[in-house]
Amino acid sequence: MPTHTFMLNGRQITVEAEDNVRLLWVLRDLLGVTGPKYGCALDVCKACTCHINGKAFNPCSVQVKDIGPTDEITTIEGLPATVGQELHPMQQAWLDYDVAQCGYCQPGQIMAAVAKVEQVRAAGREISDADIDELRNICRCGTYSRIREAIKAGAKNM
Amino acid sequence: MAEQSRSPQDRAEEPSDGGSRPGRRRFLGYLLAAPTLAVAVDWAAGAADPPQAQAAVPSLPQPEDLFDLGDLQNLAAAPTAGLIAVRVNTDGTAYFAVPRAEVGQGMTTAIAMMVAEELDLPMDKVSVALADARPELLMNQLTGGSNSMRSMYIPVRTAAAIARQRLVDTAAAQWGVPASELTTRGGVVTGPGGRAADYGSLTAAAASAQTVAVTARLKPSSEFAVLGTPQNRIDAYDIVTGRKQFGMDMQVPNAKPTMVARPPTINGTVVSVNNADTVRAMPGVTDVAAITHGVAVRAETFGQCIDAIQVLDVTWGPGTVDGESDATVESKLRAAQLPMTVPPLLTESIDAEFTFAFASNSPLEPDNAIADVRSDSAEIWASLKVPIVAQEEIAKQLGLPVDAVKVHVIQGGGSFGRHLFHDVAAEAAETSQKMGKPVRLSWSRTDNFRQGRTHPMCISRVRATYALGNVISYEQRHTSVQTDFGHGLGEMITATAAHLPVAGNLSFAETIFELTQSSPYDFGITTQLLNEVPLQFNTGSMRNIYSPNVVCAQELVVDRLAEKMGKDPVQFRREFLKDQRLLAVLDKAAEAGGWGRAMPAGIAQGIGLHAEYRGAAAALVEIDCTPETVNRPIRDGVSGPRVTKALIVVDAGFAINPRGLEAQMIGGMQDGIALALTSSLHIENGIPLEGSWDDYFYTREWNSPLDLQVIVMPNTSDNPSGAGELGVAPSFAAVACAYARATGTMPTRFPINHGTLGFVPLPLEPSTPQSPTDGLDQTF
Repeated sequence: MPTHTFMLNGRQITVEAEDNVRLLWVLRDLLGVTGPKYGCALDVCKACTCHINGKAFNPCSVQVKDIGPTDEITTIEGLPATVGQELHPMQQAWLDYDVAQCGYCQPGQIMAAVAKVEQVRAAGREISDADIDELRNICRCGTYSRIREAIKAGAKNM
Repeated sequence: MAEQSRSPQDRAEEPSDGGSRPGRRRFLGYLLAAPTLAVAVDWAAGAADPPQAQAAVPSLPQPEDLFDLGDLQNLAAAPTAGLIAVRVNTDGTAYFAVPRAEVGQGMTTAIAMMVAEELDLPMDKVSVALADARPELLMNQLTGGSNSMRSMYIPVRTAAAIARQRLVDTAAAQWGVPASELTTRGGVVTGPGGRAADYGSLTAAAASAQTVAVTARLKPSSEFAVLGTPQNRIDAYDIVTGRKQFGMDMQVPNAKPTMVARPPTINGTVVSVNNADTVRAMPGVTDVAAITHGVAVRAETFGQCIDAIQVLDVTWGPGTVDGESDATVESKLRAAQLPMTVPPLLTESIDAEFTFAFASNSPLEPDNAIADVRSDSAEIWASLKVPIVAQEEIAKQLGLPVDAVKVHVIQGGGSFGRHLFHDVAAEAAETSQKMGKPVRLSWSRTDNFRQGRTHPMCISRVRATYALGNVISYEQRHTSVQTDFGHGLGEMITATAAHLPVAGNLSFAETIFELTQSSPYDFGITTQLLNEVPLQFNTGSMRNIYSPNVVCAQELVVDRLAEKMGKDPVQFRREFLKDQRLLAVLDKAAEAGGWGRAMPAGIAQGIGLHAEYRGAAAALVEIDCTPETVNRPIRDGVSGPRVTKALIVVDAGFAINPRGLEAQMIGGMQDGIALALTSSLHIENGIPLEGSWDDYFYTREWNSPLDLQVIVMPNTSDNPSGAGELGVAPSFAAVACAYARATGTMPTRFPINHGTLGFVPLPLEPSTPQSPTDGLDQTF
């Protein structure tokens, strides 16, 4: 079976998997990293959102063979380490606003929010309601208003 | 306390009050024989809100006024109650395994608050777990009907209060001082001369050698330090760090990923599997087995299960509704409508009919269960709201005794009624038994929409007659595809239905309808009746069951009556409301929401009211139906009108956790917006066309309100009302009424965009589509 090497949450790992297996299953089923959630495997619900080289992506829709040895994959478990703290400011904002209900979508929401804030900053702006409207992550509990407040608060501390 | 004689008591003790709590009613519990302090109570020892007849009103009270569904659940619980126990550990923490399901509603946080309050223990020293199926609790282990807070409030507090009192008595005995001189705070007992002992150091001495009945008084609400204060969820940290474990995150040895190829119609069956050996030879695949409603594939990864589903060649048998489509169902409903009884003679009248499409109650977490079935035993892990029924039925299905089947209740990623049913756990058990191996079985997203539970299509007809400034009659005839209540509530109803103040030979569904529906208005002769058409769709009680549809229809007609009688919608409601708590939330909403402000064309406010579960809520929304908003471009999504501003005012009796209550109202509003504007299932030839969240348009960030406010009214009671479902109906109604006012046309079909198919349906076969491979093209 082919082996695949990449950086996962700051550590180099090597895993045996067929080339076409989507990264989500490599993370969850083979490596036991369960922060990224399975919600649809169609790149629609965004519950599995992680970062690749600092940008948001959905591992349900990427074959493991398309991940290179130098690619840095960050899951929710590795997010705090990217800022060298116990919690990333966005995670803290999620706590401050008591955003979560069932919690199933929230790791993906937080990862998407961090990337969106960084994306608009790179464009020289601060996060706006229109930017937040571009987030596609489903929250079936309907916590959208607290998500919106938490993103704005978390962005201030990023 | 009819159960005392059957309870494990050897002798009753009258301990000290452990401090000063005089003059209040005592509640009974038991010190259990255990190595450390453990206190149990009869689960249904004290329903928080016994039924009370209400004051006479000009309209005859409808059954819901006298006796609602929660009262029925409380009553049914009484004669069958088992014991539930709070334990104090040697590390000073308290532990309680609650026989309810946590699916996001915040129940575990509220329970921890009850324990922390009565034990005088910090919240972070209370741990709450979900109890396994406990058959001895009978119908007391059911999560539904927004009943958890109402049924648990007194029992849990009683157990914690007795535990605290016992710790105080133990310290008093050790120190040789009267218990009345001791106080408790932060998990420490303090006495004269600065003596102090933490609970952990006292718990072994406080333990009882035999089971003893004791009583305790509960704190008066004036002394509350935790209950009634805003608290964050106890699992919030685990959630934001990705540590919270849901079903598919559990590691059960050798329980490998399993998915099911499913038929192209609802509840179809397997005639033959034509290439099982080919599929078994695919990478990662370990097993292929035909089961009742599909062909199960077990593999090293879920991705390889999906690969196998692409290849499986199956000949399918018919399903249960193969010939049905939206139009055929609607005509069957129309043919089954019950007649109105008040002729529209000598009065003016409004006749209106509203059609509500099928809706999905699918949570975000795909349905899943882990099953490890052996020859002589089985173990199941799943999010289950009625685990006892699951245990009994799965045991029967497997041919095992009930006590050989262990059922663990796992935290659920949402429910909205879905987890009342254990069909996924039963399917996992069937698969594990057939394969002879443990399985971690997940439905796919497409399975959830196409074969999962639904809120059925229904039609609500209303006739209101009016004359001389009065409404003379209000009749509502609700006709629905049958809602499946087969999750065990039935036993409960059968046991108590004879005592209900409901005349006639009502069916179970009619009983639920009668217990939950009640017009809050003084509209003279008022009747609301249900008829159901027995089509074999997979249905269930979606959040708030009938109320979102019934109340939406009602409030639209109320607005119409106001218009016909030349009155402002809020003023009209003020004049005709007979429920004082609804009047109070209406007034608050109108004031805080700025009712009546001038708006540009295409933008309007709407108001909706609803009382249920002994709570009351008003929703006030502003909707933007201008062309530039309606037609704003959204990739692979629907735009349409946007609710820009929303307010819910809620009277929840006693608000245990105002922050959690707000969260439930926020979710209820988003559900209401989705049901009114965007989310529905289109049935075509026996199956929904929807297969992903880009087809089933639940609210997304881009059509949620930018301004959403919740106001929790000052407490109106010492007891909590139900709240988990309360926000849905008034929100749905408010959005519908606002839409009618913004467009000048009363909508009669919901959601309003149902008539246009806003997506290209995924193929019916393979039943689960292959995952994309272009994810790296979408990064941001």
